[in-house]
Amino acid sequence: MKLDSKVPGGPLAEKWDKHKFDIKVVNPKNKRKFTVIVVGTGLAGGAAAATLGELGYKVKNFCIQDSPRRAHSIAAQGGINAAKNYQNDGDSIWRLFHDTIKGGDYRGREANTYRLAQVSNAIIDQAVAQGVPFAREYGGEFANRSFGGALVSRTFYARGQTGQQLLLGAYSALMRQVNEGTVEMFTRREMLELVVIDGKARGIITRNVITGELERHVADAVVLGTGGYGMAYYLSTNAINSNTTAIWRAHRKGAAFANPCYVQIHPTCIPRSGDYQSKLTLMSESLRNDGRVWVPKKVGDKRHPNEIPEDERDYYLERKYPTFGNMVPRDVASRNAKAVCDEGRGVGETGLAVYLDFKQAIEDFGLQTIKDRYGNLFDMYKEITDENAYEQPMRIYPAVHYTMGGLWVDYNLMSTIPGLHVIGEANFSDHGANRLGASALMQGLSDGYFVLPATIGDYLGSEKLDKVTTEHKAFAEAENEAKERIEELLSIKGNKTPKQFHKELGEILWNNVGMARNEKGLKEALEKIPKLREEFWQNVKVPGTANSLNKHLEFAGRIADYLELAELMATDALHRNESCGGHFREESQTEEGEALRKDDEFTYVAAWEFKELGKWELHKEPLVFENVTLTQRSYK
Amino acid sequence: MEKKMLNIKLKVWRQENKDDKGAFKDYEAKGVNPDMSFLEMLDELNEELILKDEIPIEFDNDCREGICGMCGMVINGTAHGPKSGSTTCEIRMRHFKDGDTIVMEPWRAKPFPVLKDLVVDKYAFDRIMAAGGYTSVRTGGVPEARTSLVPRDDAEEAMDMAACIGCGACVASCPNASASLFVGAKVSQFALLPQGRPEAAKRVEAMVAQMDEEGFGACSNHAECEAVCPKEISIKGIARMRREYWAASIK
Amino acid sequence: MRFSTFSTSSLGKKIYMGVMGLILSSFLIVHLLGNLALLSGDKDHFNAYSHFLTQSTGNVIYVIELIFGIFFLIHLLYGIVVTWGNWKARPIGYKMVTNAKGASKKSFGSTTMIYSGILLLIFFVIHLLNFKYGEEIMYVTKDGAQIRDLYITVVHFFTNIWNVVFYVVVIVFFGFHLSHGVWSAFQSIGVNAPRFIRFMQVFGSVFAFILTLAFVYIPIFIYITGGAQ
Repeated sequence: MKLDSKVPGGPLAEKWDKHKFDIKVVNPKNKRKFTVIVVGTGLAGGAAAATLGELGYKVKNFCIQDSPRRAHSIAAQGGINAAKNYQNDGDSIWRLFHDTIKGGDYRGREANTYRLAQVSNAIIDQAVAQGVPFAREYGGEFANRSFGGALVSRTFYARGQTGQQLLLGAYSALMRQVNEGTVEMFTRREMLELVVIDGKARGIITRNVITGELERHVADAVVLGTGGYGMAYYLSTNAINSNTTAIWRAHRKGAAFANPCYVQIHPTCIPRSGDYQSKLTLMSESLRNDGRVWVPKKVGDKRHPNEIPEDERDYYLERKYPTFGNMVPRDVASRNAKAVCDEGRGVGETGLAVYLDFKQAIEDFGLQTIKDRYGNLFDMYKEITDENAYEQPMRIYPAVHYTMGGLWVDYNLMSTIPGLHVIGEANFSDHGANRLGASALMQGLSDGYFVLPATIGDYLGSEKLDKVTTEHKAFAEAENEAKERIEELLSIKGNKTPKQFHKELGEILWNNVGMARNEKGLKEALEKIPKLREEFWQNVKVPGTANSLNKHLEFAGRIADYLELAELMATDALHRNESCGGHFREESQTEEGEALRKDDEFTYVAAWEFKELGKWELHKEPLVFENVTLTQRSYK
Repeated sequence: MEKKMLNIKLKVWRQENKDDKGAFKDYEAKGVNPDMSFLEMLDELNEELILKDEIPIEFDNDCREGICGMCGMVINGTAHGPKSGSTTCEIRMRHFKDGDTIVMEPWRAKPFPVLKDLVVDKYAFDRIMAAGGYTSVRTGGVPEARTSLVPRDDAEEAMDMAACIGCGACVASCPNASASLFVGAKVSQFALLPQGRPEAAKRVEAMVAQMDEEGFGACSNHAECEAVCPKEISIKGIARMRREYWAASIK
Repeated sequence: MRFSTFSTSSLGKKIYMGVMGLILSSFLIVHLLGNLALLSGDKDHFNAYSHFLTQSTGNVIYVIELIFGIFFLIHLLYGIVVTWGNWKARPIGYKMVTNAKGASKKSFGSTTMIYSGILLLIFFVIHLLNFKYGEEIMYVTKDGAQIRDLYITVVHFFTNIWNVVFYVVVIVFFGFHLSHGVWSAFQSIGVNAPRFIRFMQVFGSVFAFILTLAFVYIPIFIYITGGAQ
């Protein structure tokens, strides 16, 4: 396997324009002859399917939910970045690029990240034209805010529902194409296999989750916009149906998996309260704009937070990072929360939480202002915890939120399988080792609206694609693989439910491949995971049948894949003996306990090729920085 | 303070598939932590059922944070249960008392056929959206965002309407199974923004026609929809849709 | 948009019903004001009013009756069609229905519109038979004119307790129709400025209450007092 990033030459700012000119453009009359499968209807998938349809391609679009409008992009709260510089505070494409590449701890591809910043402005134009009601000032201008550690106000938002509004924009564009007949929509379908013919991605096998029927779909190219793999941890802020099966099946068919150890742990989530818990709820990061994070100075201080006097509180972020204070990037905030809890200074029943205090903000700006800004978040917090955050500090704790790793793609967003394109969170491309706040929406839409629709033409226009049908034996084989797996899952009839396995796996990953990793823990994980996998295939108990709606059968299939992926995550984390972004190796830190990158050894993308279960071959794509100087991040 | 665990009786609608007649079945949820979410209570029950070789209860859900709009059932006669402004997944068990009986039914409306147990098909909403719930703009072929100013009040009201999550509770709770709040919210969002004006007449006509074709009832202004809407969308949206419809009728 | 599209759509139907409903409500006010003459100690007042309506207005009264008749029919037919459609929209009902609190305006009145409406139709026919097409007794007024003594017909009718009970029940039931109908009509035609609609919700109830009270008072008054002789 050879990794060719296909990054075009020339000055950084001109690469994308030049590339768009250099690549093949499909003749408008021929576009109708090409069928493109798009799996996923989130910001990336939905936007791509809509745009491809609009361009004239024949698009088949799949989603696992009952409607394309429900993809988990919808849950993004905070906002979307763009280098519009409407606030005249010195923002620019260059600054957005620079912040993103620095925020990613210099483990992203320069050209991709620059392109992302470049395209960001067009996304805002697009969303506004679609009727996305971004927040406005009284005069009718846009209201922007500073978000997630940015020093400029470049974040556009629609209350706390920016992801929803942007997704509904993409979804309405998509439904318009459905109406025009360019996009055929398949809901309640789960992709179970990728079909590769002559080394090229030519189709997928899906399961209609209502009838249980396995279906074959053929195409000239396949696009995966199926999101990240955070659900491997069991507890995360992802949706219940978020899963990794699509990209994992593609990986097993030859798509390299890049940087699986880069997982973002979001600092402001509501802490877990019991064993029954099915998901963690994110509280918008914007809370850190006004809230102050603290824990008691004393270990094991069990007093009510309001009874702990000022001088016995440790505002540790403000203390350690005077410049950025509570606004440090997510990975730094999360790691510090873990550190103070590890010291025994965590709060709440479980000791796995820190306080986020609004007392000062309420005194400074008045209760009403805080209510206006965060009212819905405070209400949500009250509903979940039964505590009033206006009167006592919130308790927060980090939770798995986003995965920077994903299938390896080149500058055209094509994976190592020709014809298989990967967009949005499902690919590894733009965020390096850590993603900045309000950048996920930006990347999903950038890939979906602007990048993929341009680059896919290069593949379709230059590749010679033989005519194939679903009668091809590769389809039969792939369908059979899926069928056998389902039958086996149902036939085991063991003693443990799929969820029990999932929880156990989550525990292993959270403890050993979580916020801070070390060699011992990772090796332990590498022992435990295969064992658990073995036990799963002998002892899982899947209820019901294959030919009807059977959520637990779906879960079981996904968990089987997490059990394989988890091993790769630990393998990657073990091999990367440096700290960068979301990946913190305890062996690699400064004297002050800050993350220490090892640029000499690890300035590359780790792309793993699947050989056999438990065996991968590492390929390295060196990262070349021509336009930025690598520095250790410092938010002091 | 020790939390008191709850024992709750459940009456759940079980239906094998679209064609099955279906019936209520009784279950018991024991030792329910009041901090649990409603769906977590069902998760736990399902775990028990699996281990007892019974078929778990199917219910739609995804984000579990009240935004995706996938979940929804009628709990004790009210869509999304006892707490206003919430989706089913946001309901916590502390809203119930020890010994309570909870009746769970799927959304009931002709355009929302039951697929299994508490799962219904809500694709009718998507067809309404496909009929006209968009602005006809091409990707990339749009003006600079700042060229049109939107007064804050309009933007805010548009956002009030745009907050709809498409969960279908409005239909489920409406005595007439009307989809007017859903359609009214979408029509209003676009009607309030300059970007939506050019197609306003065409949009409202097309969306209303599709809504009628799906077989939803007509709105009789019970406002039950607003009361159960997780995003508390006002029936003002329905009135605006009617104004838009008037206006379209003389075009 | 085609006229037929508008008129057959769920929105159009409700817009018609709203407009017709409001016009019909205004008729009720006029009807009540006229009927107040029944409370007068001098039966000539009422008979003169009825004579004026039927004899002195020439053909105008027929035109007005026709128009109101058509409006009534449109309102009624759409009401039946809409309700039929609503029933079809939910072929399988719920085992348990609990009204949501808060913003809901669902009430006894709002859920019984079709029944109170149809009851009113039946009442309307009986009412016409009782009076308009009832016994025609002529008499001479104090001013010496010979006109119909509708007053005596009314008094005769309401000396029967069952007639009084029937009227009272229908009117009360219809009061519920109005309690939802008035504000709802404004919402149906798209008038929903927040302050206005809140006012109309209160006004609608007060209007319904006063109208009901006044209409109910007349038969009871006549029954008790035996009318003016």
